[in-house]
Amino acid sequence: MSNRTKIIILTVLSVLFVSIYLFAGLEGNWTYILNRRATRIIAIVVTGAVIGISTIIFQTITNNRLLTPSLIGLDSLYQLIQTFIIFFYGSTSLSATDQTINFFISVSLMILFALILFQLLFKKGNNVYYLLLMGLIFGTFFQSLSSFMQVLIDPNEFMVVQNRMFASFNNVQTDLLYVSLILLAITFIYLMTYYKYLDVLSLGKEHAINLGVDYNAIVSRLMIVVAILVSIATALVGPIMFLGILVVNVAYEMFKTFKHSVLLSGTVLISIVALVGGQLVVDRIFGFSTTLSVIINLIGGIYFLYLILKENRTW
Amino acid sequence: MVEIKEVAKAYGDSVVVDHVSMHIPKGKITSFIGPNGAGKSTLLSIVSRLIAKDHGEVLIDDEEVSTANNKELAKKLSILKQSNHINVRLTVRQLVSFGRFPYSQGKLNEFDEKMVDSALAYMELGEMQHKFLDQLSGGQKQRAHIAMVIAQDTDYILLDEPLNNLDMKHSVQIMKVLRRLVDDLGKTVIIVLHDVNFASVYSDQIVALKEGKVVKQGPTKEIINNGVLKEVYDMDIKIQDIDQCRICLYFS
Repeated sequence: MSNRTKIIILTVLSVLFVSIYLFAGLEGNWTYILNRRATRIIAIVVTGAVIGISTIIFQTITNNRLLTPSLIGLDSLYQLIQTFIIFFYGSTSLSATDQTINFFISVSLMILFALILFQLLFKKGNNVYYLLLMGLIFGTFFQSLSSFMQVLIDPNEFMVVQNRMFASFNNVQTDLLYVSLILLAITFIYLMTYYKYLDVLSLGKEHAINLGVDYNAIVSRLMIVVAILVSIATALVGPIMFLGILVVNVAYEMFKTFKHSVLLSGTVLISIVALVGGQLVVDRIFGFSTTLSVIINLIGGIYFLYLILKENRTW
Repeated sequence: MVEIKEVAKAYGDSVVVDHVSMHIPKGKITSFIGPNGAGKSTLLSIVSRLIAKDHGEVLIDDEEVSTANNKELAKKLSILKQSNHINVRLTVRQLVSFGRFPYSQGKLNEFDEKMVDSALAYMELGEMQHKFLDQLSGGQKQRAHIAMVIAQDTDYILLDEPLNNLDMKHSVQIMKVLRRLVDDLGKTVIIVLHDVNFASVYSDQIVALKEGKVVKQGPTKEIINNGVLKEVYDMDIKIQDIDQCRICLYFS
C-alpha cells in the first residue's frame, strides 16, 4: 500500500468518525446538541493536530523517537498553576472558576517559563540535551511542589484539582476555542517558514550545519513554536501530551519515511482518529464513566507491547 | 584558499588547538597527520564551523567562516565527519539528494537530479541507489556519504578520517576518487588521515600536528622524512622509496 493510499484511508476514517460523533442519535433540540458537539469536535481535532505536530518537531530536533515535548516540564507547570490557584485562592475564586482568566494565566505563564528556560540555555552554547535535563528537573520540581500543596488542601478542593489533571473535551468553552484557533493559526503560519528545514534537521546537527542550516537560530525558534503549541493545547483541554509519543510512533511505523510532508499530515490524521474514536467509546460505550486518557493509554500500551513482541520475533 | 590565523580552542583547562596558523592552498590535497589527541579533528571542525573557536580567524576565500552566510557557505565548503550515524532510514539516493539542499532548499529541480545522478555514478553507486543505508556494508556507506558531498558540489571538501574502518581496497578506492576530484574538477580537499602512508602517497601538502600545535607544514616530500616524523610520533621510522612512493615502515 502506498503512503498516498494510507493517507486517503486515514482521511476517510477521520471524516467518518467525526460525522458519527456529530450526527449519531441526533434528536430533540438538534441545533443546541449540534452546537455543543461541534465545539467539542473542533477542540478534539485542533488538539490532535497540535499534539502530533509538536511531538514530531520535537523528536526531529532531538533526533530521538522516545521523547515528548512534555519533557520541557510544561505539563507539570500547568498542574502547578492549577494547584497554586486553588491552594491560595480557593476553588470558588474568580481565577479558578472563570475559564477565560484561567486560560490566559496558564498560557502566558507556560510560554514565559519556556522562553526564560530557552534564553538561559541558548546563551550557554545551546545543547539540546542540556535543555531536556533542565526541563526534567524543573518538571519534577513543579510536580513535587504541586503534590505538596495537594496534600495540604481541603479534600473537597483536592477533588477540583484532581479533575483538572485529566484532559477533558467535555467542557471546552466556545470563545476560548476561537481564541486558541487564532493563536494556533498564527503559530502555524510562522512554522511554515521553517518547514523546509525539518527533513534536514532529522539527519542530525552536523549534517544540518554542513548543508547550510543556521542550526542554533532555527532550532531555538522551532523549540519556541513547540512550547507555544503545547501551552495552548494544554491550557485548553488539560495535560494531553501522553498521546504524542503514541501517535507519532504509529505514524513512523505506518509510513516508514523521513519526509515531514507525509509524516506531519499522517500524524495529524492518526491523532484525530485516535482522539475522536476514543471519545466515541467514552461517550457511547462507557457513558462518560471513564476519561479519554485511560482509553488511549490502554490501547496505546497494548499497541506498544505488540510492537515490542513483533520486533522481538524478527531478531 | 583557506587561511587559518592564531586559532585556539580549549575544553576547560585542556588546550586542544593552541594558536595554530596556516595557509592551505587551493586545488590541492592537504592532509593533517599526527598522533591521537593532536587536535586534527577539532581543527577541521573549527574550519568547517561545526565547532566554535575560542580565538583566532578562519578565512575561506577571504571570508570569516563563523560570520559567513550559512547557506552560501554550504555551496562552497562541505564537511564529512568520522561518525556520521543517521537516525532516520534513508536510501542511498535520498541521502545523496540531501547534498543538493543548499541549492534547492528541498525542492529538487532537473539540474539537481542530474547532479545526484552523476555523483552516484562517480562513486559507482548507481546500481544500489535504491537500497537502504542500513543494508550496506561500511565501505558502501562511506561511499554513499562521499557521494553526498560530491553532489553538494563545493570548492572545498573537508573529510575527517574517511578511511576509518575501511579495508585496503576501499581505502585506496576512496583516495583515488579524492585525487580525481582534485585533478579533474579542481576541488580543494583537506583530509585528516591516520595512516601516514596514505598521506604520503596521495597528498600534495601535509600538515603535521602534535599537542595542538603545528610541528611542520609543507609539500609531502619535505614532511615524510625521518626527522619530522620522529618529532611528531616519537618513533624512529624507516622510510623507503618504492615505485616513486615514500613508504614509512613503522611496524617494528
